[in-house]
Amino acid sequence: MTGPLLKVDNLRISLAGDGATYSAVENVSFEIGRGEAFGLVGESGCGKSITALAVMGLLRRPLSLGGGRIVLDGKEIQDASAAEMRRLRGKRIAMIFQEPMTALNPLSPVGKQIAEMFVLHEGMGWNEAMDRAEDALRQVRVPSPERRIKDYPHQLSGGMRQRVMIAIALACGPDLLVADEPTTALDVTVQAEIIDLMAELCAAKGTAILMISHDLGLVANMCKRVAVMYAGRIVESQAAEAIFATPSHPYTRGLVDSLPRLGERSKRGRQRLREISGVVPSIAAYPAGCRFNPRCPSVTEVCREVVPEATPLPAEGLVRCHHHG
Amino acid sequence: MLLVLGRRLANVIPTLLAVIALVFLLFSVLPGSFISGMNEDGRSTIDPAVMERMRKEMGLDDPLLERFGKYVAATVTGDLGTSFRTREPVTKMLSNRIWPSLKLVLAAMTFAIAVGVTLGFLAALRPGSWIDTASMVGAISGLSLSQFWFGLMLMYLFALKLQWLPSFGYGDGGLRHLILPAIALGVGPMALLARTTRAAVLDVLNADFVRTARSKGMSERRVVEWHVLRNALVLVITIVGLQFGSLMGQAVVVEKLFAWPGVGSLMVDSVFQRDMPTVQGCILMIVLFFLAINTLVDLAYVVIDPRIRYQ
Repeated sequence: MTGPLLKVDNLRISLAGDGATYSAVENVSFEIGRGEAFGLVGESGCGKSITALAVMGLLRRPLSLGGGRIVLDGKEIQDASAAEMRRLRGKRIAMIFQEPMTALNPLSPVGKQIAEMFVLHEGMGWNEAMDRAEDALRQVRVPSPERRIKDYPHQLSGGMRQRVMIAIALACGPDLLVADEPTTALDVTVQAEIIDLMAELCAAKGTAILMISHDLGLVANMCKRVAVMYAGRIVESQAAEAIFATPSHPYTRGLVDSLPRLGERSKRGRQRLREISGVVPSIAAYPAGCRFNPRCPSVTEVCREVVPEATPLPAEGLVRCHHHG
Repeated sequence: MLLVLGRRLANVIPTLLAVIALVFLLFSVLPGSFISGMNEDGRSTIDPAVMERMRKEMGLDDPLLERFGKYVAATVTGDLGTSFRTREPVTKMLSNRIWPSLKLVLAAMTFAIAVGVTLGFLAALRPGSWIDTASMVGAISGLSLSQFWFGLMLMYLFALKLQWLPSFGYGDGGLRHLILPAIALGVGPMALLARTTRAAVLDVLNADFVRTARSKGMSERRVVEWHVLRNALVLVITIVGLQFGSLMGQAVVVEKLFAWPGVGSLMVDSVFQRDMPTVQGCILMIVLFFLAINTLVDLAYVVIDPRIRYQ
């Protein structure tokens, strides 16, 4: 089949609260090709996680889909029935969550939690499914899987738990893996292992990844293309290398500048890391015009009044800024 | 499992000692005794010499500590003393009363669990629906009702007006006599269980692992069966245990009201007559029941929650 695996077009997510309805996410569009790793980066509260939940069809009150299209493999799924979505979830799109501590059921052995996938989607009996669960644990390189399948989540370390989550997500060979901050809760050394494991398994199975993180460095390492979100909108999307070399939006520049880099000190001398001043505005008080304008170093009058259009970048990608170029 | 049981049982003995001591202290400050009570009911006068002999016989003049020591020593051998009132061994009186009491408490708890947990579940699965509102209004009313008044209302409606069920007594020990007192006793725990179950299920439904379960493509029904039930049960069992354990003590009012021949009504009668050995025996029974239920609940946790086994 041709065309992208996932196409999100003009997505809007509404948040109902205090008698008013806000747009938590708007005008969000991106595409992910088959087997491609795509990164979505932004600060906490910018709407990246709920975008992922919207793709999974897992938005719950007070959040709801306000508009736009989500197209999986040429089929629109934003209005799919609950039963249709259930058949897609787990089977064709799977998700890994941020907290491996709480994302697994504490009262159920991990093997059983993996085996559920085979029972649900491949109609297996529990015995056969448990054998497959053991294989799945071996694939994510959990040592002595034959013993570990009987373990409960509290008997595993954070890294091991996240491996179990990966085993669950990849159990039925989905086309798309949504990874929402999969390593944020882990130690740095474990982070690298988990990322490598995810990248390797997905490459082997041809699974596309929607990687969601606040860590621009991590995302750029793993993904070919990256989109940067700010306050519910995508402000820039580019190829991963290009985003470091030529960040086009002032917010992206701020993110890139705030990353510490090895070897920089000998060139530029000892200096403080730069930060972006101010905080992300609350959803009920998004500023008019460009939502980054209160924190932007090069803000002008037009930024406070007019919402910037998405403009194509010379090579590939888009930026939403009145002053780019 | 054995460790939990052993640790539990080791706690039972000091608890029992403390309870016996407390009852001894209470009786020592309570005015009057079995003998003065007999003398003061206005119908009879007892010869002071006889009174003196009875006091000696019953050991009422001995120092408190000595009496306490003797009682504990006898209790250890299974001898709970002789009732002042009936001159029967307390153990025999209790053994006649314990089965009706257990039956009442078990029936009340069965009613409370069946109705309370079901209502709580239904309410939590449809928050804001009519069934949620109705069951929570019911639960609040159930919690606020006094057993005494509610028991009278049950009698009025089902015994007097509808004449479906007998209004009081033990009868032949069959179900018909059990229903009304069991409902009167169970309505409080039922209401509490409905509220707790609702809160527990709602809590679990918002847990991260339930979101994971949904992301696996499970139907909402499976999510509840495979992941919510057991987790909610841990919280519900705590309340079941607490309520169940204290129910035999709470049964005093209902037993009196329905003239139910249980431990509770025996205790009340004995208190009025200052029949101390019998009161002691009743209290011991109620405390033992409480401790036994608590131990069972602890064991239930171990079975349900794997995290507890290894701590």
